[in-house]
Amino acid sequence: MTHGTPTTPGTSRTSRLSVGMLARVEGEGGMHVEIHDGQVTSVALNIFEPPRFFEAFLRGRAWTEPPDITARICGICPVAYQTASCSAIESICGAQVSEPIRLMRRLLYCGEWIESHALHIYLLHAPDFLGYESAIEMAADHRAVVERGLRLKKAGNQLMTTVGGRAVHPVNVKVGGFYRMPTRAELDAIRPQLERALEDALETVRLVGGFDVPDLEQPYTYLALRSPHGYAIESGVPVTSTGTTFAVADFPRRIREDHVARSNALHARLDGTTYAVGPLARYSLNHDQLSPACRQAAREAGLGTTCRNPFRSIVVRSVELAYAAEEALRIIDDWQDGAAPAVPVQPRAGQGCGASEAPRGTIFHRYVLDSDGLITDAQIVPPTSQNQLSIESDLAAVAQAWVDLDDEQLTWRCEQAIRNYDPCISCATHFLDLRVTRS
Amino acid sequence: MTGHTTIVIGVGNPDRGDDAVGPEVAARLAAMDLPGLMIRSGADPLDLVHLWDGADVAVVVDAVLSGAEPGRITVHEVGARRPDGGPADGSSPDGRRGPGTHAFGVLGVVALARALGRLPARVVLVGVEASTVAIGAPLSPEVSRAVPGALQVVLELITGADYPAGRWQTASTLLPSGSRTKAP
Repeated sequence: MTHGTPTTPGTSRTSRLSVGMLARVEGEGGMHVEIHDGQVTSVALNIFEPPRFFEAFLRGRAWTEPPDITARICGICPVAYQTASCSAIESICGAQVSEPIRLMRRLLYCGEWIESHALHIYLLHAPDFLGYESAIEMAADHRAVVERGLRLKKAGNQLMTTVGGRAVHPVNVKVGGFYRMPTRAELDAIRPQLERALEDALETVRLVGGFDVPDLEQPYTYLALRSPHGYAIESGVPVTSTGTTFAVADFPRRIREDHVARSNALHARLDGTTYAVGPLARYSLNHDQLSPACRQAAREAGLGTTCRNPFRSIVVRSVELAYAAEEALRIIDDWQDGAAPAVPVQPRAGQGCGASEAPRGTIFHRYVLDSDGLITDAQIVPPTSQNQLSIESDLAAVAQAWVDLDDEQLTWRCEQAIRNYDPCISCATHFLDLRVTRS
Repeated sequence: MTGHTTIVIGVGNPDRGDDAVGPEVAARLAAMDLPGLMIRSGADPLDLVHLWDGADVAVVVDAVLSGAEPGRITVHEVGARRPDGGPADGSSPDGRRGPGTHAFGVLGVVALARALGRLPARVVLVGVEASTVAIGAPLSPEVSRAVPGALQVVLELITGADYPAGRWQTASTLLPSGSRTKAP
């Protein structure tokens, strides 16, 4: 996977290192780091995005279609797309979903968080900290750990299947709510799995809290949704660590996406500056809304009320895993049958925006409908596009801090820095090439 | 393969072109209502670890992208009892480099299950070379034409019939050994 050329002794060092594909991220992307005489001179995360295929594909389609079409963008976080698209269309149509519908969306979303976070923590990220090339090698020595991860992921899948009809691309979601509400009996049937998931998640926090984590603090500007209904998942209002807040409807004005020559993906900036979304942002902005049990677990794992070390994202993700399991149980326990599965929605012309907290961070959708309810324009801003500049900043800091490592170790450390973000590059890219060049 | 607990699993995303071939074959098999046979479909290969729990024999049907002729059917044994250990790491340490169409591919999951001691004694992968996995696309004509052949291969596997002589050749593109392919 890794090929290096010999270094030249002397004051000027030259080597080139390339990696075929970046391992253990969903989808594929590319990275290039240049080092000149021990100084990092350039860092580029290259994302080859299918050029906004979905945004073009949505034009001319009916107002009812975005939840089904956009769910197909990502096999890991379809609920994030469905929820944001429903919110956007509902805002155009002036529809307000009922409290039971909001709660059922939150419950479905908890399934996605559990499934996605468990996959990343155990199968993609933990091998970095335990010193394995992959979860497969890790499984030989840490069977119980990997089994716990698979059990958690299965619990998330089961919750998504119960609420969403199927685990990978839920089919029960529509603009205005759901086609059918699951019954109390159906929800009670998965309760034991979720109770076990909560135990497993708290054990996960203890496990990853003990990992040896590189020391690096980054001066991020964080952005996350904040909700009056608890730790933001299915909805909320954007807030930032600099104290600004704005309506979701203002995101097209505040968040600008620029095309960068080195990448097919758009690079997002908030009011012209680099910012970060995701678990670290959510945790740092909404820590006070976590449950007492999750706050305690976080504290015991060594987390403060904010976190700026990207390598500790695995700990924060584990706390969120526990929160999602706990929240799912709470919603199920309070659930009463009989709620209407959807509110009536009538299409009308206009522009609307929606946002939700995907496992990897805030996702924004914008749609424009004509008077026939057909989509004339669509914009989707996934979390990985928003985090690209932060990932590059981290890469520069990491490469500089560990510049004395040999190429192979440095490349691995850089890959680890990218995996801190759980970049769902399949949302934004295909195919990755990873290179470190020294001159 | 009779006398064992056998499961047939179709892996693939039904919304992505030829990636739907696994679920399609599983659905056609389910319509035949064969007694004593478990049939499942799933889009996430990681679910295999749970789905084949308790089975002695698992037949997994999945789309592959190896660059071969679309519709080509490949068959290979990767189960726990394979004497050479099978493709323990596939072509990828993390299960992503193989020719499958998933983020954590079937070969990676096979290797993971082997490490966890959760690999059935016999696992047979039936791969169908995809032409397109475009989002929202239907099955391509080539893969549609290959579905009856893939179904026939699965039926032969689960009923214990050996492959008829002359219909099979050694695969060179998918796996180095233990593989056989059938032209579409």
